[in-house]
Amino acid sequence: MKKILTTPIKDEDLESLNIGDVVYLTGTLVTCRDVAHRRLIELGRELPVNLEGGAIFHAGPIVRQKENGEYEMVSIGPTTSMRMEKFEKEFIQRTGVKLIVGKGGMGPETQEGCKENKAVHAIFPGGCAVLAATQVEKIEGAEWKDLGMPETLWINRVKEFGPLIISIDTKGKNLIEENKAVFNEKKKPILERINQKIRFIK
Amino acid sequence: MDKTAAVADLTNLMSKFTSYIGKRLPTDVSEKLGELREQEVNFLAKEVYESMRQNQEAADKLDRPSCQDTGVIQYFLTAGANFPLLGELESILEGATLGATKEGPLRHNAVETFVEKNTGTNTGSKIPWLDWEIVPGSDSVTIDVYMAGGGCTLPGKATVLMPGQGYEGVAEFVFDVITSRGVNACPPLLVGVGVSTSAETAARLSKKAILRPVNTRHSNDNAALMEELLTEGLNELGLGPQGLTGNNSVMGVNIESSARHPSTIGVAVSTGCWAHRRGQIKINADMSYEVISHKGFKL
Repeated sequence: MKKILTTPIKDEDLESLNIGDVVYLTGTLVTCRDVAHRRLIELGRELPVNLEGGAIFHAGPIVRQKENGEYEMVSIGPTTSMRMEKFEKEFIQRTGVKLIVGKGGMGPETQEGCKENKAVHAIFPGGCAVLAATQVEKIEGAEWKDLGMPETLWINRVKEFGPLIISIDTKGKNLIEENKAVFNEKKKPILERINQKIRFIK
Repeated sequence: MDKTAAVADLTNLMSKFTSYIGKRLPTDVSEKLGELREQEVNFLAKEVYESMRQNQEAADKLDRPSCQDTGVIQYFLTAGANFPLLGELESILEGATLGATKEGPLRHNAVETFVEKNTGTNTGSKIPWLDWEIVPGSDSVTIDVYMAGGGCTLPGKATVLMPGQGYEGVAEFVFDVITSRGVNACPPLLVGVGVSTSAETAARLSKKAILRPVNTRHSNDNAALMEELLTEGLNELGLGPQGLTGNNSVMGVNIESSARHPSTIGVAVSTGCWAHRRGQIKINADMSYEVISHKGFKL
């Protein structure tokens, strides 16, 4: 059975989740990436959307404006979450956001932020942007449109949005960092073997 | 055909082709992904491969860009010196990017540096980016279109090694890039390696390497061996799709090379994500054309 989170998300909805679990989201999902993070944390501007118990998506979509002025979500996949590492811990503290969706892993600061504030980071499969767009029921609003199409805060109503793979849980465990440690460990013996065979300079 | 009409026709064709390649993967990449999906046994990896399959089906059916990041548009031209519209190609391809951006639609991905404003047109100073090779005596042009997305561009790295570090240093450099930043670049990746004389020559060749089809080999035996060893070795790391671990890491490793200064080994890595959106089209002097990268291409 699908595990579905619904916004507003409460601490107890997240406490039993572990890295590697697959969940889906129903409710409101707001796109929020580089410049929006910078504006809140470094420039001290107030975010034009209330994210208490909410979910953000590290994503810069392709959106089409229809003739009646409404927006249509064409293509929306995750962007590299690590770019937001510098800001995310403070972002979680300041906004009360509970679910951060993106691509790839995040670092130790976000881990701490997730642990202290009971939040999680999840991976939506990168590149699967049309699949994601078909799970957006409606674009309910757009803020900070001066940032251009990719950086605007698009407020989406989503239904069973996913798969979302938990990559940092409320215990502060970090799936991608654990994986990276394994990759790095395997690297040395493989290279030693390859290097025997490529001594082309003689 | 008069020149103005020919320019308009070619702009229209290149605009449609640019938009097309954002929606459907090239045949070699689709086939390779199918192969890797079959080999996969890991639970999360299978889940991701299934999302990828559903996504490509939906993109084709709904005629939409399969990934929202339609990249900075780059055109790599192998142009005959006698191609009739040689001098017009630059403005034709700018027109094609503008056209594809409206039609696709493509995301507006050109941020003017220092001004730090998104131009809102997907074009800007030197964007679309053009790379030229001129072929003496030929009157056709072959154009590789590439959508350089942010995720797969981020791992890009170049350096200059000392000869004492040898090809062993090259292998180590490739592994370091892939295990650090490659994990976030939507594996399984196509890895391009440039082995050359300086940072910028190696960088250019590493990008040309990922334009070469998956499963092709360098013409030099040692380089081809190194392609195979790196492919096997990186797969043994088991990054899996999205770095969630799995049976493979890469679609392949392609090396392009040049001669080098005796004191230097320039090396660079460029990566293509699993959604490796590139297309190759050949245009003849009479403006007839052939799409090489996508079987069954229809306008």
